[in-house]
Amino acid sequence: MSFSTEWARARAIAWKDLTTERRSKAGFNSVAALAVTILVLFGFALGPETSAVRAAAPGALWLAALFAGVLAFNRSYQVEIDGGALEPLLLYPGSRRAIYAGKLLANFAFVALLLAIVIAASLILFQVPIPDAWGSLLLVVLLGSIGIVTLGTFYAAMASRSRAREVLLPLLLFPMLVPVSLAAMQATKALLAGDLMREAGAWMSLVAAFDVIFLAATFLAFDSVIEG
Amino acid sequence: MDSALAIDADGLARRFGSRWVLRGATLQLAAGEAAGLVGANGSGKSTLLRVLATLLRPSAGHAAVFGADLVRHPDRVREAIGFFSPVPGVYDDLTAGENLMFAADMLGRPHDDAMASLARVGLAEVARERVRGFSSGMLRRLALARLLLQRPRLLLLDEPYNNLDAGGIALVNDTIRDTLTRGGAVLAVVHDVASAVGVLERWFALRDGRVTEAADGVAAGEAAFVSAAGARGWPSPGTASATPAAAGR
Repeated sequence: MSFSTEWARARAIAWKDLTTERRSKAGFNSVAALAVTILVLFGFALGPETSAVRAAAPGALWLAALFAGVLAFNRSYQVEIDGGALEPLLLYPGSRRAIYAGKLLANFAFVALLLAIVIAASLILFQVPIPDAWGSLLLVVLLGSIGIVTLGTFYAAMASRSRAREVLLPLLLFPMLVPVSLAAMQATKALLAGDLMREAGAWMSLVAAFDVIFLAATFLAFDSVIEG
Repeated sequence: MDSALAIDADGLARRFGSRWVLRGATLQLAAGEAAGLVGANGSGKSTLLRVLATLLRPSAGHAAVFGADLVRHPDRVREAIGFFSPVPGVYDDLTAGENLMFAADMLGRPHDDAMASLARVGLAEVARERVRGFSSGMLRRLALARLLLQRPRLLLLDEPYNNLDAGGIALVNDTIRDTLTRGGAVLAVVHDVASAVGVLERWFALRDGRVTEAADGVAAGEAAFVSAAGARGWPSPGTASATPAAAGR
């Protein structure tokens, strides 16, 4: 099948996932609520000192997105498994990479929206001023999201065949996400502090490199992961 | 490469853990033929269909669908087959129309075809309703509409008559005849032999993980059930009504 056909199939899957999510509502609302709750708990743990809270904001932000994202990744395959829809999906002619691409698109939209809420909540809760280089901050969020969503979607497919998928996914995913989340946190920290040492660019390059590696590797391996 | 044989399976075996479900199933089905597969519960009928559909890899043996090897060319196999499972596999939060339009997008077919398929299975009036509230029979019809949309060369039907009323059964049989008219083939796992009378011409029994051909559905059912009962220490059926094929009498 041609690239345009496969792209159309990927878009159809993304549309289906997002429509299902939008109508059920329970998924996004609970995930967003969890993310904000994590931020609030971080706020309590760090105490009232403004400087300590501000310093911890980048870490809290990405960890909240990470924990909440795991729920979203699990749900994206749960929808297929609950209704027995995974088998028809796997039996459609064409490359199964289109399934992965579609799930990636849907999960990216989901996590991007989640991060928008998490960032807004972080700015308020941790009293962090909006940095001058907000464009660069958006780029970090974009690159970090791609890395998290790529691995999250891939490992959720791997865990979807297991009965213990809710537990298995974080166990598989979190160690793999350490490099990209650390680099994203450091880039965010540098930008929120005004990037005085000009280090944000290096961290962003690192996140981008991980994104490319993750995307290439997961697209190549998806067929064998989703195989029964 | 194409082949006149819709299914050419030789010594197919499949195990789950240490339990062998298929132990060398051999089966040939030519284009233009429709066959029924009968067997006791747990005999491996659905496993055989799922192996042929590329949903499960065979543990041993090999098989081809219209000349395409299941393991080496699963993508070509998937282009040829349509699998009708007992589980409808639809999305509860989408409407019936949206479910079919999604299938049309995945198959590269126009949305008009999706609506035509929906009308053919009698669900046009509920096209805008979410399928969450559908009865199991309606869900089966929706899954059948997806199959009609696909128009595959080989139909693999797993208990196709379950939960369907007389109209639904007629629809399944029309789909089988339609596939045969187009030069395709059909392999159907059936418990309700009566519904398939006059539609399925060849009959196979699956027993002890192997396939044998029988004269008709009743003979296939009796052979499969008696063998399974003996092997598992169940009481043999004292009356004909105890056999799954009895419905065909």
